[in-house]
Amino acid sequence: MSKPKLALYWAASCGGCEIAVLDVEEKILDVAAFFDLVFWPCAMDFKYKDVEAMPDGGIDLCLFNGAIRTSENESMARLLRRKSKLLVAFGSCASDGCIPGLANLTSREAILQWVYHGSPSTVGAEGVRPQTRVNVPEGELEIPEFYESVKTLAQVVNVDYFIPGCPPQPPQIAAVLAVIMEGKPLPPPGSMLGAGEKSCCDECGRVRHEKRLKRFHRPWEIEAKPDECLLDQGIVCMGPATRSGCGALCVKANMPCRGCYGPPPRVADQGSKMVSALASVIDSQDPGEIQWILDQIPDPAGTFYRFTVPASMLHSKRNGG
Amino acid sequence: MGEFEPRIVGFLCNWCAYSGADLAGVSRLKSAPNLRIVRIMCSGRVDAELILKAFQLGADGVLVAGCHPGDCHYQEGNFKALRRVLLLKRILRDFGIDERRLRLEWISASEGEKFARVSSEFTEEVRKLGPMTLATFLVEARGCEQEVAV
Repeated sequence: MSKPKLALYWAASCGGCEIAVLDVEEKILDVAAFFDLVFWPCAMDFKYKDVEAMPDGGIDLCLFNGAIRTSENESMARLLRRKSKLLVAFGSCASDGCIPGLANLTSREAILQWVYHGSPSTVGAEGVRPQTRVNVPEGELEIPEFYESVKTLAQVVNVDYFIPGCPPQPPQIAAVLAVIMEGKPLPPPGSMLGAGEKSCCDECGRVRHEKRLKRFHRPWEIEAKPDECLLDQGIVCMGPATRSGCGALCVKANMPCRGCYGPPPRVADQGSKMVSALASVIDSQDPGEIQWILDQIPDPAGTFYRFTVPASMLHSKRNGG
Repeated sequence: MGEFEPRIVGFLCNWCAYSGADLAGVSRLKSAPNLRIVRIMCSGRVDAELILKAFQLGADGVLVAGCHPGDCHYQEGNFKALRRVLLLKRILRDFGIDERRLRLEWISASEGEKFARVSSEFTEEVRKLGPMTLATFLVEARGCEQEVAV
């Protein structure tokens, strides 16, 4: 009997998810023994035409990391969807949009303007930008189109399962792969795998008191007490609005949770949940003082939606108010 | 296409603003009919997510109205609403949405006239801002109904 086929692909991502897969350590040998690796551009030499040649549904499991930024990302998402029995949005970029998705707080035009003309280190002829198609003596050249906004994988194709995290934590990856390899029943399609059912605070060992905040601090501005809730100490910690599953890693290293596991169960919009949570613990009833306290947070949208702008209810910045 | 008629969602607290709206009705005061009223127990119960959801579903403006400071039936729910709206306005700005589309007002049960005025004023303000331009697609992005951890 032939082995089940496994594919891994990266779209708009940093490569951290690929490393996280290798970080399952010696268990990667079990994965390699169990699966036939048919596509993994980061680690092995495969071409897109190899995938195109496979029968539809020929891949048993595809772990797709990265967001959808370009037409290449999208066509690979569609191709792998067609070829895969199980398509998993692997990691925060594919699930929620993640760091590449922060680009949705500006526009395509502003990005191209800065990259090809505005930035001080750029020397280029005025007005010259890469074109999707260009004719040269040797023939027509084509590069992928840069889309107006970043999308999540599920905004482009149907996704079977989601594994959140930036990157997903290796023990969680190993656990999910073990379930699949042992042939245990999987939860209903659309479910989260490799994550908890509560908020990050549930996994945090710090002592919490009643929160009454008179001001916010950035992590470097104060010496945070190692065993007390960071939010109690005025450091914006995304724990209350973030799904559990990582084991509160950042908080254990004395840094606030940044929210990479995405919104907790039954929450659609992580940033606005954080707005509600923070607004409840600010200790002031005076509009002027409240505004002053809120102004201590330098970039609320980028902080509360650091990993979820494309998946958020508003998706992207709009023009025209 | 006819003239643009703003769609406005109003979250009114049961104890003050909603009673104020009621009073405006029984007093037969004229006000713009654009406000779709949702009665809630307290302005402090209006989650920021609900306000965004209204915008996501095509509201051109959202009004949150509660009791005057000090008059909250639950002591300080309206202050929570105040802090929430102030912070959410900054988020809206970063997403390119004019913050005037979100408005917070204190309206007591006896202020039927104020309700009628606010309702009409806000409608005219949103009319000037024009229709809310929705992002190219606003879908239930996560497509994730049931959630079970492994």
